[in-house]
Amino acid sequence: MNPLATVVLLPLLAGTLGCAWAGRHPSPGRRRLTAWWAAGVAAAALALLLQQAPAVFAGQTLLWQAEWLPGIGLNLGWRLDGLALMFALLITVVGLLVILYAAYYLHDDDPAGKFYALLMLFMSAMLGIVLADNLLLLVVFWELTSVSSFLLVGYWGASPKGGAEARTGARMALTVTGGGGLVMLAGIVLLGQIAGTYELSQLLGRGEAVRAHALYPLALVLILVGCFTKSAQWPFHFWLPDAMAAPTPVSAYLHSATMVKAGIFLLMRLYPVLGGTALFEWIVAPVGLFTMAYAAYVAVFRHDLKGLLAYSTISHLGLIVFLIGLDTPLAEVAAVFHVLNHATFKAALFMTAGIIDHETGTRDMRKLAGLMKLMPWTATLAMVAAAAMAGVPLANGFLSKEMFFAEAVAGRSHFLFGLMVPVLATFGGICSVAYSLRFIHDVFFNGQPKGLPNPHPHEPPLFMKAPVILLVVLCLAVGVAPGITYGPMVQLAATTMLGHAPPAYHLALWHGLNLPLLMSAVALAGGVAFYMALQRRYNLHLHHPRGLTGRLLYTRLLDGLLRGARGLIGGLDTGSLQRHVAVLLSVAVAAAAWPFIAAGVGAGVGAGTGAPSAGTRTLLPADALSVLVWAGLLAVCVALVRGHRDRLQAVVLVGVIGLITALTFAALSAPDLALTQLSVEVVSTVLLLMGLALLPPTSPRESSAARCWRDGALALAGGAGMAWLSWLVLTRDHDSISWFFLDRSLPQGGGSNVVNVILVDFRGYDTFGEIAVLGIAALGVFALLDGWRVRRPVADAQGRPWRFARPPLMLRHAARLVLPLALVLSAYLFWRGHNLPGGGFIAGLVTAVALVLQSMALGQARAEALLRAAGGQRFVRWIGVGLGIAGLTGLGAFAFGQPFLTSAFGHPVLPLLGELPLASAALFDLGVYITVVGATLLTLSVLGAASRGGGAAPARGEGA
Amino acid sequence: MPSMEFLLATGIGAVTTCGLWLLLRGRSFSVVLGLTVLGYAVNVFIFAMGRLWRNAPAILGQGGAVADPLPQALVLTAIVIGFATTGFVIELALRSRHDNGSDHVDGHEPGTPLPDDAGADAVADVRAEVPR
Repeated sequence: MNPLATVVLLPLLAGTLGCAWAGRHPSPGRRRLTAWWAAGVAAAALALLLQQAPAVFAGQTLLWQAEWLPGIGLNLGWRLDGLALMFALLITVVGLLVILYAAYYLHDDDPAGKFYALLMLFMSAMLGIVLADNLLLLVVFWELTSVSSFLLVGYWGASPKGGAEARTGARMALTVTGGGGLVMLAGIVLLGQIAGTYELSQLLGRGEAVRAHALYPLALVLILVGCFTKSAQWPFHFWLPDAMAAPTPVSAYLHSATMVKAGIFLLMRLYPVLGGTALFEWIVAPVGLFTMAYAAYVAVFRHDLKGLLAYSTISHLGLIVFLIGLDTPLAEVAAVFHVLNHATFKAALFMTAGIIDHETGTRDMRKLAGLMKLMPWTATLAMVAAAAMAGVPLANGFLSKEMFFAEAVAGRSHFLFGLMVPVLATFGGICSVAYSLRFIHDVFFNGQPKGLPNPHPHEPPLFMKAPVILLVVLCLAVGVAPGITYGPMVQLAATTMLGHAPPAYHLALWHGLNLPLLMSAVALAGGVAFYMALQRRYNLHLHHPRGLTGRLLYTRLLDGLLRGARGLIGGLDTGSLQRHVAVLLSVAVAAAAWPFIAAGVGAGVGAGTGAPSAGTRTLLPADALSVLVWAGLLAVCVALVRGHRDRLQAVVLVGVIGLITALTFAALSAPDLALTQLSVEVVSTVLLLMGLALLPPTSPRESSAARCWRDGALALAGGAGMAWLSWLVLTRDHDSISWFFLDRSLPQGGGSNVVNVILVDFRGYDTFGEIAVLGIAALGVFALLDGWRVRRPVADAQGRPWRFARPPLMLRHAARLVLPLALVLSAYLFWRGHNLPGGGFIAGLVTAVALVLQSMALGQARAEALLRAAGGQRFVRWIGVGLGIAGLTGLGAFAFGQPFLTSAFGHPVLPLLGELPLASAALFDLGVYITVVGATLLTLSVLGAASRGGGAAPARGEGA
Repeated sequence: MPSMEFLLATGIGAVTTCGLWLLLRGRSFSVVLGLTVLGYAVNVFIFAMGRLWRNAPAILGQGGAVADPLPQALVLTAIVIGFATTGFVIELALRSRHDNGSDHVDGHEPGTPLPDDAGADAVADVRAEVPR
């Protein structure tokens, strides 16, 4: 497998799954194993990267591609160039340090498996972003970082203390970065459409064409929104301070070194494509500069250690964004350099804050003080890292800040803000010195601690400090000798980013006396003065931050959205089913009417070309009987609408409509349908009457006049539409795919009743599904009413008993005669079904009708005893047997190497019976037959059992 | 004399109107009847898509014209499934009436509150989760 794909997949699969498995039990041994496993995976990824590094340093770009979803341009394309290598190394190295640190940081009752598994997931997502060659693939990993960071920030979401905070922070981070990611996806798709490719390897060469395109500004803005949300730029910065509810290792990893740099990475990655226009400069540089100055100012006033660091991070990210936006080669070099420097010192500072929190139990600078005496080592490390953050000479932060000042001064000439830029830059510098000073002074000096939750803090174990020591040493090494430490990496990454080698520059501590040095000096002196003035004139500890605009706006927006959604739902859904149905029907009627209206309008009034009109098919003349039946149908419909409140009458009228339907089928050459409809009619009338016995005999008159008018209009519109549509269709000739079935039925299906051959052969799969639905519906009834008993009065309102004292003589005798006849009839119908009207469905229904009649005559209990149906429960087995036979018949085709449900047939000649048409489809039809009988009887039997009453089974409700 | 096509089309319209009217009533039994009646209309409508044929069942080997068998096959299963649906809905209606003490489709008599406010509690829980 390709090493680049392995680098991404190793943490994703081996890391995530391995950690989750290793850490599934909370024992110390397991915790150690999990941490070791995670460290091993991260180290392996790092080793693989380092193995590739020499080639990249030699100037190569490693590419590897495999197709994933080529149809939409999403390929598994990986790319390792200077920029990707720098970020990938950053991710794996800081990841390793964080894993080591977290092993000591996590409490015994924090689930280690979950933590490391999520951390691995995140690491994989980050590596995916930086190594992706395909932009859509990049977006996939981009969203994966949003999701995994949501889970990591919400790691303590279930804990009673601080859980709500963690959940809010996690949700906010997901909403802002995930939402930004979606906006960015739109931008990326647009960019891909403009450039004609999503592959960076091709895209990077098409920058000029992209920038000249009319849609370039839109794509740019959309992509920038994604970058700014991820990298916490104003006005989307507010999620980062809230995400500080995460465990500190997560903050050190995600919120200083990696995830928030993803936006910056993408800016750098797409710089050759998107950069270099006035629009780019005019958006990116001001946003970065303002974020940098504003967040630095806010950071001074934060009381929470991590809150201070969060705002400081926002400020430094702003600085990098500003440098990218300046759009000069040297500014880009400075940006790359500061990415590394910031990750180094900020990760160290976050870890220090975590140590302090771990040891004292608080991160509140109003309680912390005087820790210098108690934790001298930690204090020293923190001081060096803070010096780097403030930009004190000899630390790495000083170098990149110098470069930043130099670019701010240089940018003055071509940047329209003029003097504003150096002034704001210096202001940001002053504030960053002030908050760095506060971080050190408030925690390690400033008197004695006041009410620490843990009153006896001491130095943490060496290995918890080890990552901090490493990072701090690196800060100093880079600060003193940048050229031999970060120099080559910066040169390589900047070359990749710019697409050509940057002009000669010199990373060094001393550049002589110049304006940037003066600005540094002003920032240092000003920062110290600013902090001392605040201390003296204004008690910083009493400051309460107000007007968190971004956050406030976010919560208002979210509240408003929820309120709006609730209002909309409340307005649409009043809890009335009648209203739902009315809305649904209105939409259906409108949707069906729309094409007619559109066609009418499109054709112009009176033009008559496109407007639907009756066709020219020769119509069938109606005979007198048909007209009579038709008139009867209309009369029944009127009677039903007027008299539906008398429910018994309504059932009878519905039955009449059913009979007329059956007659219609019979008259119009559909004998199979007529038979089916007729037998269904019997069973469903019985069913409706059984249901009616348990319901009130009449419906109250309760609809208001307005509702009646509305419903009437809706029903008439629907009915008229159906009539009109039927008329339009019926008057036209048609061309049907049925002629295919008619041609093939006899030679290939072995049957002359084409309807039945279609059911059991051509469309056997459909039929199989349909009998399965039938079985499921019957089982649903069974589940709904099984074991359920209703108490009901013995007699109806007129005093007539519901039950015969004993079954009526005539009915009993009739039933006894009918049953064998009906069974013979159904066998006959079944047998001839393949060639003449009949078949499994009809035969099944006829059998069911005969058995229902038997139930009525003998009483249900007796009838079921005769059928050995165990009170109806066995009918479930009938359904199962029927479905089984049908399914096995279908599977049988596999034995002959044919697809599912392929049928075979022959005409064997038997003695006595003569030639028999025999098709495997008949076996399938047998399954249909048994399922239909079982489902019908189960439905009726369950209902009958429920209304039998009197049993010991629990009765609910008051009965009818 | 009107044509068969006219009779069938208007018949479908009348039965549909009837079914929709019943479907929009407030009592479960009327709705069940409405579904059944609407089912007739829809089945005949689908059947009519194969056009109307006299004395031409889809049986081969008898000479002469043959009706379109495909809509018939579709409608045949539709009739049976329609019956199963009716069975399910009527028993649902029974269960609803006995659990709620009303055969109104909303599960409670008009003008009375819901039998329990479990739904309202669920809404309140969601509200409590909204970040402040």
